[in-house]
Amino acid sequence: MAKRDCPALGWPNIARHHVEGPVELELRGITKRFPGVLANDNVNLTIRTGEILCLLGENGAGKSTLMNIVYGLYSATEGEILIDGEVRAFAGPGDAIAAGIGMVHQHFMLVPVFSVAENVVLGVEPTQGPGGILNMSEARQDVRDISSQYNLEVDPDAIIEELPVGIQQRVEIIKVLFRDAEILVFDEPTAVLTPQEVEEFFGIVRNLKAAGKGIVFITHKLKEVLEISDRIAVLRRGAVVGEADPKTASEQSLAELMVGRPVELTVSKGTAAPGDTVLAVRDLDVLNVHDQLAVDQVSFDVRKGEIVGIAGVQGNGQTELVEALTGLRETVGGTVTISDTDLTNASPRTIHNASVAHVPEDRQRSGLVLRFTLTENFVLDSYYDEPFSQGIKMDWDRSRQEAERLIEEFDVRTPSSEIMASNLSGGNQQKVIVAREFSRDVSLVIASQPTRGVDVGSIEFIHERIVAERDQGAAVLIVSSELDEVMALSDRILVMFDGKVVAEKRPQDTTNAELGLYMAGAKSD
Amino acid sequence: MSDQEQTPAAPPESEGNGGMSSFFKDLTGAGSTFNWRANVLVPALAILSALIVGGIIIALGDLDTLKLWGSDPAQAFSDTFSRLGDAYLALFKGAFWGLGPISETLTRAAPLILAGLAVAVGFQAGLFNIGANGQMLIGGMFALVVGFQWDLPIFIHIPIAIVAALVGGAIWGGIPGYLRAKTGAHEVITTIMLNFVALRLVDYLLTVKFFQLEGRSDPVSKSVLDSARYPKLIDFINARYRVHLGIIIALLAAWFIWWLLYRSTIGFEFRAVGANPDGARYAGMNVVWLIVGVMAVAGAMAGLAGGDQVLGTLGRATPGFVGVIGFDAIALALLGRSHPFGVVAAGLLFGGLAAGGQNMQGSTDVGVDIVTVIQALIIVFIAAPALIKAIYRVKADTESAQLTSGWAT
Repeated sequence: MAKRDCPALGWPNIARHHVEGPVELELRGITKRFPGVLANDNVNLTIRTGEILCLLGENGAGKSTLMNIVYGLYSATEGEILIDGEVRAFAGPGDAIAAGIGMVHQHFMLVPVFSVAENVVLGVEPTQGPGGILNMSEARQDVRDISSQYNLEVDPDAIIEELPVGIQQRVEIIKVLFRDAEILVFDEPTAVLTPQEVEEFFGIVRNLKAAGKGIVFITHKLKEVLEISDRIAVLRRGAVVGEADPKTASEQSLAELMVGRPVELTVSKGTAAPGDTVLAVRDLDVLNVHDQLAVDQVSFDVRKGEIVGIAGVQGNGQTELVEALTGLRETVGGTVTISDTDLTNASPRTIHNASVAHVPEDRQRSGLVLRFTLTENFVLDSYYDEPFSQGIKMDWDRSRQEAERLIEEFDVRTPSSEIMASNLSGGNQQKVIVAREFSRDVSLVIASQPTRGVDVGSIEFIHERIVAERDQGAAVLIVSSELDEVMALSDRILVMFDGKVVAEKRPQDTTNAELGLYMAGAKSD
Repeated sequence: MSDQEQTPAAPPESEGNGGMSSFFKDLTGAGSTFNWRANVLVPALAILSALIVGGIIIALGDLDTLKLWGSDPAQAFSDTFSRLGDAYLALFKGAFWGLGPISETLTRAAPLILAGLAVAVGFQAGLFNIGANGQMLIGGMFALVVGFQWDLPIFIHIPIAIVAALVGGAIWGGIPGYLRAKTGAHEVITTIMLNFVALRLVDYLLTVKFFQLEGRSDPVSKSVLDSARYPKLIDFINARYRVHLGIIIALLAAWFIWWLLYRSTIGFEFRAVGANPDGARYAGMNVVWLIVGVMAVAGAMAGLAGGDQVLGTLGRATPGFVGVIGFDAIALALLGRSHPFGVVAAGLLFGGLAAGGQNMQGSTDVGVDIVTVIQALIIVFIAAPALIKAIYRVKADTESAQLTSGWAT
């Protein structure tokens, strides 16, 4: 890589400490205590270059905390970090980077309006001349060099906010490589990627490994672990509860290790007994935020007592379809009929009052008010009615009772109903929404990405509740980009591609591979 | 999403709820549940810090003593502290020592509290209402007209004049609300501009014959009739004690806003829109009309503050008769963490500083301007809670772990 001058303002030139040869990172007895919580409990781990180590664990198991200690963001309460057998103290990420450790965060740390090259060199900009003038052509060349060396194709002049998430992730990786990282930590890298992007990402990871980099892959997705890792370390409640060999481990054995008890990974449900049509969609057209046709002449029915799953790569109109069905987005053509009432372009409240439960795609953006208490969140869409209010007077005692009942029934892990929703883990936040939506008498359930970013135990629970709603006679529409989830839950599957429904299948009559072809637009009925 | 929320010191922006920036939410305290550290301890320490820095400024303002530090440090030390002590004692006495100062403090606190509520209601709904001054002026003019034009019995005249003040303020607040909701015009811009419109409109109206005091060429309005004047509360003790009905109205208004925000469905909607507009829309709330409603309620409170000046303290309107109360109100709402009772406490403090400042200026050589400096410093410290936490080693909230962990616990 090109030699870089020290930045004029005397910032530490962290990229200069190039570490030669194999690096071994060893964690010895790492313990991290937060007030009242033991986040990491005497963790011993070794990571070598040229291998992929998966750190598997439930939400809150302490994976991210551990890696933040490695990256110098937190300091460990006890224990030490050794690099090539030498004890090192990291006062901040700068020290970790200097020691050859890089981190790709789940939420990218990029400046959206800057170009790829500008983002990559940010903080360690190549300069020229005595005045320390920014040398952008060198920066661009550096990006190109790394791109070709590791097969990470990206245009150095592209603006970040115009790039798809998968490419943005590549920029993050290039950023880390530019700082000469030998060990790369990926925090839940696949959470934001489409299935295709996940495959591409795995290719990149394998290239990095072949180039002699050490990879730490933090995840809670069992399938990915088995596919990509050389070694697996399972964390539970802050402690390493076991290491596993991906050649001999199974999803079931890993899940048990992770959760600490046998887990049902498949959905057990009886055969559906479909009744009358509840939701009828006819020739629906919906525009997206850019005024382009996102839903194109979509027609389908969902009947009482059946689960219809919509599969598809994200961004093929599913979001707009669900928003149109729930009153959050105007339609430009076609009709939506729920329980024989025309509710095309009805308000969200009218649709809510037509006994429709809606589990939204993004729980933090729209499903919850994170700064509200759980009680306030439990009544978020029914506060205006008896028994939670009389006239305009809220009945908080009654609301609190209901919140406590739902916390109990839906097994939400929280010390009280009066803490803020932002303090709950993702799985528990999702349970709050599911509890709120399913606690009413519902005739139609619309659930979008119901288990995204949710831990294994909560997934099992949420799936059980969805099946229970079906068995109690609700019509259920599931939208998920997880093909396995659609296959497991649905009685009927619709595949959306480019705004259209391109296939309708029964799960028993199809395979993941066939659905994948429809999802990619390679096949159409 | 997955592990990110568990990360104990997760950066605040990872909260990812729509609407205001997380910093703004932290600054205004809107939407969050009560936290004594953020809502009581940090403001109290901010006030203390501001008084200390203000004290340094007072000390630096005395050249004679500064020179003395070179020749006789012991004397300079005692001089500085006696000077500081005198100033702050005069400030305190002028604010709270005896009925007269208390009367003065309450008189000044009433419009501050009402205007502070106008800003706080906006904060709670994620809106930055900088237009309290304009809303006060228009509310005051509405009250003025009712006050001098109609001759009614006192128990009818005062309520009608109050309603007029509410309506005037609500209109002036509702306009930017409507513009925001329907066209997306940002309320910060529109409320600032409407302040100017209101200010010059009042200047103009005061020269119009209908408003102008007969026989005057300068812009002074007709006087409010006695039947519409807020009665003084303790003038039977001493005629100079001018505290009037306005402080009671302000306290009732604060109680009403508290009830509205925390005990009514309307306030629940206001707060939901403020904390997460996408969530509010998903929950079936009509975000567009809520924004108009919030701004109208905020404007009504400011209108009441204008009414307080016209019907109570002044008894008439003069150019810019509300001074900068509407801007002090922003500071006050921040200090009060956007909570109605916090606004009352902050209003009493600022009212006390204003009343005490006059006394300080009169009885020592420290000018009343230092009060403005102290008020501004309070807000600087409030806006930088990290500074307060670092100075006083208040245990930081950041490295506290989540309260619950995964389902396996």
